[in-house]
Amino acid sequence: MTTEELKSLKVNKSVDARGTSCPGPLLAAKKAMGEIKSGDILEVLSADEGTKKDIPKWATKKKHEYLGTVEESGYFKIYVKKG
Amino acid sequence: MFETIEQRLEKLEKKVDVLEYSRKDQLTMVVMSDDLDKMLAAFIIAVGAAAMDTKVKMFFTFWAISALRKEHMKQAKGKDVTARMFGTMLPKGLGQLKLSKMNMQGIGKYMIKGIMKHNNVSSLDELLAVAGELGIDIDICTMSMDLMGFKKEEMIDYPNLGYAGVATFLADAGESSMQLFI
Repeated sequence: MTTEELKSLKVNKSVDARGTSCPGPLLAAKKAMGEIKSGDILEVLSADEGTKKDIPKWATKKKHEYLGTVEESGYFKIYVKKG
Repeated sequence: MFETIEQRLEKLEKKVDVLEYSRKDQLTMVVMSDDLDKMLAAFIIAVGAAAMDTKVKMFFTFWAISALRKEHMKQAKGKDVTARMFGTMLPKGLGQLKLSKMNMQGIGKYMIKGIMKHNNVSSLDELLAVAGELGIDIDICTMSMDLMGFKKEEMIDYPNLGYAGVATFLADAGESSMQLFI
């Protein structure tokens, strides 16, 4: 997905994990996934560079669909569709 | 006699079945060190794995056991001189662990704790609490516990705390897809 497409996504839940470091964002994502339905889109905000790589790995394992990452100044917005 | 394709297929299917079902999505970890840095690595990996829905089993042995003692606790009664000495000299709980490098009589340790706070890295106490919430099992090696003279009443309250020997570790490690020694 392009940055524009990601930015125009209708997000079902957003979780701000910018105040945590590894493995905080992953924990936050796992918790938030439990609160949404299959097909819903989750947005994870993280200031930890490693999360960019971690979330896609986690998504693959959990059969969610990683949609992409948008870089903001000092943090990342990561989009995952629940499988 | 040559095997037919069907026979070979049957053999292969059996092998695949064994491979598929012998290894669980499970991480088994031996935690031996009582270094602050290594303990941090152990807990971050454990909590990260649990966040990925991997079953995690931690086996605490030797020096690492002292990190699971209650911080403010008088030593249990009925210990001999050696056990008392071990009990006094080893760290009591996660809070008293030292860095393996640059500890500098504890200055380095306080510096690293400050940096961790600044970088929003969870403290060991926080990680232990999360580990408990995520259902991570901790087993303590009873043989090492006896060597150090530690008693069960000196250990922390942790929801999934157990006591076991090497066979438990080996059985769990054997069915795990990941094993670590820290």
